[in-house]
Amino acid sequence: MIFKGIIIFFAFVITLPLIIILLYIIKQGVTQVNWHFLTHVPAPPGEKGGGIANALMGSFMMVLMASIVAIPVGMLTGIYLSENPNTKLAYYSGLCVDILQGVPSIVVGIVVYFWIVKPFGTFSAIAGSIALAIMMLPIIIRSTEQTLKLLPDSLKEAALSLGVPYHRVILKVIVPCGFAGILSGITLSIARVIGETAPLLFTALGNNFFSTTITKPMESLPHVIFTYATSPYDDWHDLAWGASFILLLFVLTLNIVTKVLTRKWKIQL
Amino acid sequence: MENTIVKAENYNSYFGDNHVVKDVNISINKNEVIAVMGPSGCGKTTFLRGINRMHELIPGATSKGKILLDGQNVYDLNAIYVRAKIGMVFQRPNPFPNLSIYENVVAGYLLNGIKVSKADKDAIVEKSLTSAALWKEVKDSLHKKGTFLSGGQQQRLCIARAIAMQPDLILFDEPTSALDPISTSSVEALFHELKANYTLIIVTHNMQQAARVSDRTAFFYMGELVEFDDTKQMFTAPKDQRTQNYITGRFS
Repeated sequence: MIFKGIIIFFAFVITLPLIIILLYIIKQGVTQVNWHFLTHVPAPPGEKGGGIANALMGSFMMVLMASIVAIPVGMLTGIYLSENPNTKLAYYSGLCVDILQGVPSIVVGIVVYFWIVKPFGTFSAIAGSIALAIMMLPIIIRSTEQTLKLLPDSLKEAALSLGVPYHRVILKVIVPCGFAGILSGITLSIARVIGETAPLLFTALGNNFFSTTITKPMESLPHVIFTYATSPYDDWHDLAWGASFILLLFVLTLNIVTKVLTRKWKIQL
Repeated sequence: MENTIVKAENYNSYFGDNHVVKDVNISINKNEVIAVMGPSGCGKTTFLRGINRMHELIPGATSKGKILLDGQNVYDLNAIYVRAKIGMVFQRPNPFPNLSIYENVVAGYLLNGIKVSKADKDAIVEKSLTSAALWKEVKDSLHKKGTFLSGGQQQRLCIARAIAMQPDLILFDEPTSALDPISTSSVEALFHELKANYTLIIVTHNMQQAARVSDRTAFFYMGELVEFDDTKQMFTAPKDQRTQNYITGRFS
């Protein structure tokens, strides 16, 4: 009885600060969000108003570009790992994936800085996207691999025995059957990187103006929070809360959408 | 012989160094039901999977010798082609969980990207499900997922899926071992009907089943084909001592 009480107590203690943080961000942020806030770029210091349109656009574009790279590469690697678990290559790439997952995001940022930003001589949205893609890869690879490994071999045999070539077995049977799991990995990886500041600090840098040029610096949501929050102006702090609220909303929505879709598309084996 | 559909000549299978099927020679006629029986690990399933070249999909698995299908060695043909020509039904029903009953039946066409008109598909589905004695039960729920069916129905769906490809030969790998007695009898009843149009090779370790459904029975022991004879003959007066021992239950 006492033990059970302790468990319940700690479960409660853990949940409480989480809820307090959420409520606080919502309370501070929700008043800042209006149409002006979403459609305007930051105002110069001293002027009233200002928004996060550039950051919204920037985050959207960079996450999109990162996804375009990371989703196919991650899925293919995941398929390889689940299909050939006993090869040397699978062992070492699996190891690399694990290590990559543990690399601090700022280290990913600095690597991309030396590989992309320095040689090209400019901070750019591309560099930011590459950093984000690297962060997304391990999550997508592992979730694809784990999902596909759970599918029974009998499924593959059924298709092969009908004379279906291997690549079609993978594309038309294995991937569709594991689609819910793969999708949840993808959305989780997006939710993970959309809030990443560190890898963007010295890759995409940030931009006070609206820009869609991918070879130029670009603003992002987490970075706009950083600049607003570290500024000396009170009304900028409020904008930081607004941006935090929007970011939180994105992450929450992504998580909920993931949950709903995985439940809806889950395949009964 | 004119009537031969499958013939194995000095056929051997290996898993790595493990010699699983040893020098099998067998000749199977059209429209026959052949039961392949033997104790666990005797190579009967491995032999079966050698016929449609599923054996080689397992890492380290190799084979030697010939399997002639209509006079052509399947190991000289394209494996994909061979597998499409020969139907196979597995131990556990394995309908595609992402496809409906209808799509499961025509899965061989869908997954291979073979274009078939809607009318032809409808005809194939009805004909195959009818042959598999499943049409009456599912004709109103063709677009439900195949995995909602019972085990026996799923297995008959898998048989329909194999039939839909119009094979001459259908291989059954212990098709009823995962089914309850009622489903088992529904599948066994089906064998008698399928015999008219197809040749069936059924691996089973259930002797009663072999006796019930087959015309001829092959007995495998330790990777060798010990005896191959009329089922009645085999069960009443086996020639080999090992067959005798197996049938009388002295080992299993």
